[in-house]
Amino acid sequence: MKKSSKLSILTKGIIKENPVLVLVLGTCPTLAVTTQASNAIGMGLAFTFVLICSNIVISLLRKIIPDKVRIPCYITVIAGFVTIIQLLMQAYAYSLYEALGIYLSLIVVNCIILGRAEMFANKNKPFDSFLDAVGMGIGFTLALLVMASIREIFGSGTWFGMPIPVLKDNNISIMTMAPGGFFVFACLIALVNKISKGKAIRKKEFGCEGCPSASTCGKTGCSGKGGEVK
Amino acid sequence: MSFKALVVIVMAGILVNNYTLRQFLGICPFLGVSKELKNATGMSIAVIFVMLLATAVTWPIQMFLLVPNNLGYLQTVVFILVIAALVQLVEIALKKFMPPLYNALGVFLPLITTNCAVLAVTIANIDSGYTFVESLFNALGSGLGFFLAMVLFSGVRGHIEASDPPESFKGLPITLVAAAILSLSFFGFNGVVENLFA
Repeated sequence: MKKSSKLSILTKGIIKENPVLVLVLGTCPTLAVTTQASNAIGMGLAFTFVLICSNIVISLLRKIIPDKVRIPCYITVIAGFVTIIQLLMQAYAYSLYEALGIYLSLIVVNCIILGRAEMFANKNKPFDSFLDAVGMGIGFTLALLVMASIREIFGSGTWFGMPIPVLKDNNISIMTMAPGGFFVFACLIALVNKISKGKAIRKKEFGCEGCPSASTCGKTGCSGKGGEVK
Repeated sequence: MSFKALVVIVMAGILVNNYTLRQFLGICPFLGVSKELKNATGMSIAVIFVMLLATAVTWPIQMFLLVPNNLGYLQTVVFILVIAALVQLVEIALKKFMPPLYNALGVFLPLITTNCAVLAVTIANIDSGYTFVESLFNALGSGLGFFLAMVLFSGVRGHIEASDPPESFKGLPITLVAAAILSLSFFGFNGVVENLFA
């Protein structure tokens, strides 16, 4: 029984509570870096690294961090790991570092990481938090990869830089630009809605709670968060 | 640094490099708070205010504290903490000295700490090598761009509420489709700024 619960912690981030497509958090990097599949993988790995490290550290410190200043503490921990991954990328994967640009630093304010710290890591043991982070990281990376693949294949006619015969000459370049990002994301979420219908993913349980500011923002700011809380 | 250069920076921030519609920054409030015009305006004004303030504080910190001491790599950590602290201070100050303004903007302030547009504008100022005054104008332009996107989109959303999309598209997906079309229309501004004084 216990083993299966560990497994469910790991897998829930991948499908049932996919942070991007089901919880609809962290939309900024999702839309911005998914012009190429290789960028999406890079972003996903950087994100997963930060999420795993910060989840473990926050989980270890969960009894030490005072409740009132927990958000600034989380941000400091996360920012530290983001700096580490920035320096690592600058040293070993400079072209990726250039491609991700400012969005790499913006992992700091990614609502998924803060949300996991607030919802999971500060209530659970380090190992569980680690599993949760791995699951969420994989879910995030997969979602990004799916989206980037669609946009790259149709937008540039390539996949991971490899040309695709017919599409290469008939690319729809708007797909790699901003409107294409919004549109593909809309279609993916609509698809998830379509598939999950009946299984009833209750968005109500997530939406606001996933938002680190939920405790302070009251109803006004969060009213439409994650779309349609019913 | 001429007046023209500053106007170009502001106009580029509003129209061409619109943070929300072209660079995907600040999408969470863009989708979350744009349901009513009143909230959209309040949030945007708070964002403009914090962007200007954050730029005014982080630029000197970077130039006079981090760079001379070879601490450039601490940029991310320092900036986000400064912004978080700043937002708290602004909130306390408004509550104490300007209650009417606090009542109007107060609920939005805590949300701004995690708004990526604010952090992005402070980092972009440094990366683009702007001077202090240029940075302030860039922050103003970016903030106004966010304001414009929010106000336009809250108008669009009013109409979405009344529409009847396919079942799976109800809610967030149709909102995103609308955002895609709005973003498409902003492509019309390409090249406007370069020819502003031509």
